Amino acid sequence: MALLIRGGRLIDPATGRDGRFDVLVEGGRVAAVAPDLSGRLPAEGDGVEVFDARGLVVTPGLIDVHTHLRVPGQAHKETLATGTAAAAAGGFTQVCTLPNTHPVIDSPWLVEAVLARAREDAVVRVHVVGALTKGQEGRELAPLDAMARAGAVAFSDDGRPVADAGVLRRAMEYARAIGLPILDHAEDPGLTGRGVMHEGPVSLALGLPGIPAASEVVAVQRDVTLAAFTGARLHVMHLSTAGAVEAVRRAKEAGAPVTAEVTPHHLALTVAEVERLRYDASTKVNPPLRDESDRQALVQGLRDGVIDLIATDHAPHSGDEKALPYVDAPFGISGLETAFALAYGALVESGALTLPELVRRMTAEPARALGLPGGSLREGDPADIAVFDVDAEWIVDPAAFRSKGKNTPLAGRRVRGRCVATFVAGRRVWGERP
Amino acid sequence: MDAWRGNPGSLLGLAGLAPAEIERLLDRAEAWLDAWRRGAVSPVLAGRSVALWFAEPSTRTRVSFEQAAALLGARPIVISERGSSLEKGETLADTAATLEAAGVDAIVVRHGASGAPEQIARAVRVPVLNAGDGTHEHPTQGLLDVLTIRQSFGRVAGLRVAIVGDVLHSRVARSTTWALAALGASVVLVGPPTLVPTELARALPAEVCHDLRAGLEGADVVMALRLQKERMVAAYLPSEAEYRARWGITAERLGWAKPGAVFLHPGPSNRGVEVETDVHDGPRSRVRDQVRNGVAVRMAALERALSGEEAARWRS
Ligand SMILES: [Zn+2]
Repeated sequence: MALLIRGGRLIDPATGRDGRFDVLVEGGRVAAVAPDLSGRLPAEGDGVEVFDARGLVVTPGLIDVHTHLRVPGQAHKETLATGTAAAAAGGFTQVCTLPNTHPVIDSPWLVEAVLARAREDAVVRVHVVGALTKGQEGRELAPLDAMARAGAVAFSDDGRPVADAGVLRRAMEYARAIGLPILDHAEDPGLTGRGVMHEGPVSLALGLPGIPAASEVVAVQRDVTLAAFTGARLHVMHLSTAGAVEAVRRAKEAGAPVTAEVTPHHLALTVAEVERLRYDASTKVNPPLRDESDRQALVQGLRDGVIDLIATDHAPHSGDEKALPYVDAPFGISGLETAFALAYGALVESGALTLPELVRRMTAEPARALGLPGGSLREGDPADIAVFDVDAEWIVDPAAFRSKGKNTPLAGRRVRGRCVATFVAGRRVWGERP
Repeated sequence: MDAWRGNPGSLLGLAGLAPAEIERLLDRAEAWLDAWRRGAVSPVLAGRSVALWFAEPSTRTRVSFEQAAALLGARPIVISERGSSLEKGETLADTAATLEAAGVDAIVVRHGASGAPEQIARAVRVPVLNAGDGTHEHPTQGLLDVLTIRQSFGRVAGLRVAIVGDVLHSRVARSTTWALAALGASVVLVGPPTLVPTELARALPAEVCHDLRAGLEGADVVMALRLQKERMVAAYLPSEAEYRARWGITAERLGWAKPGAVFLHPGPSNRGVEVETDVHDGPRSRVRDQVRNGVAVRMAALERALSGEEAARWRS
């Protein structure tokens, strides 16, 4: 079954294409990209699906290097089916699921098990990030080589950052030999303490324990220092502070093998949102929503290229968990389905970034940072494609999310930019038929 | 920050409460105090029931609310921390809805988590009174402090109040500061930077001072806060002895304040730590008045929440 996506504005930063192109898909791969492929259109009846993309934007499928699919063990929060359906609805065709699960993904068997389940249940491509230390306890190294051979694409103790710098150093040295990157949750546990939101006037007035900006800055400085020292590839996740952007900037200038990401919610929201929603734990996220000056530094860091890419940190939780008192509720925002619109508003509508730049930060850059296939639509590439209506205005309604996680502070917010179709290997996984 | 005020009659915090509303609560408390002294409290809340939901234990506040409810003729129903359905995994909203369905006319809630009363108030239609939530607010305690101060000076506007101690973790300090500032007093928060962060001056309508002498200078009121032992363990302070040496209120140091300055403490006190006994029990102490005023303030708060006529007036 061939597929012709016709007449859309193709934005493929990996090839530099930006213009009106037809995309022909055969055998699950991109067969041809040209301004007009109507001549190559197979005769009707030969099983050709034509997708009319006039007025729409066609991009490589988005890639999220930071997704919590909650597998294994937390099916009440998300499953491979719901999580990848949410990914597809957001325009993502590849996601990397993080290992802070129950149990922690810290063995080759668990990596294999998640990948096997994904082949059954997932509608987009799923990659597995293995734990860096056993049980993410920050003491003994997890079997990094065995997990890599089982298919892990990176290692991370996300959610439980390695407190002992000596352990992190050895983990980096070992990971370097394996050649896979470490996804770094940069946070100093001592400075965070029992903090639940950005430390500052709002936390002091609400009487909620704060997480100082220094908790992230100190950790990023430590971690990039160790990356430079060991030569390990370090990808710093979810930057939230101006100080951390500065630390990454200096590390990159010094030639350290570092990449960095920022989430749509940190680009679009600040602690003012916590103040507005008060004790509604939908704003509780780690790292927390920070000050406007931090938000601006993140946008600028993305513009400068200090921050390489956008990742969602999609963290679904059940409604009951988020209904707990703010201090007790879990951290996290369900982000896959609002990622593009939120980033589009914060970056493109605001004039900070061009649309092709935004697309690059959600396709080619994440592929490059983690060494993943895809993120481009060259002839011969897998036909992982997203189609967006960037003019479509819509109101975020968590009840309509495909994700089990309805936890978002964006409920009722008017946003612009919506994914109307997603294809994985040329097969439609999201969107109405034309 | 404009606080959500909750259902009519609720008292979730003093932040954002209009000065006239605070004055009216103080006036009603004064009137109840007078009636109480004369043994002439009319049971305006007869036939009503009030849930006293104490998810965090506090004998003082609970007894004060119980007494206030009983004096007004309302039936207090105490739900203690132990055996509350919260432990069985029920959410705040579920428990609150159960209480409402059982027919209580108001819910007084004390909770270890900041914001819990607000979350409860969003789940029910009956008024919710915050009896202390985490490190957020303790509005009736704040009102009784302000009432005590008003009684001592006949006014609040223009006074200078020094609040000394662990402001970071004190819901009392927050409520008292909001109310004092609303009524035109100036507040200075005094203590070590670990317990009185400089940024508090951007969070509350108050100054911050890390020098006790400078902080007490010119103060009409000195209020010491309870110092908890956990603060030493969590490295906010080296020791109680060090705290006492630098921040403890002694008779000599009270002399740094204005002549005629009064001393307040929300209790329970650590004598010999944040305050010396001769100050705590001395002629300038208003600690006993605070306790008595606490009952009157809670009568005013319950009346505001429940009495048909009063509630209607508040609601209009
Ligand atoms: Zn993380």
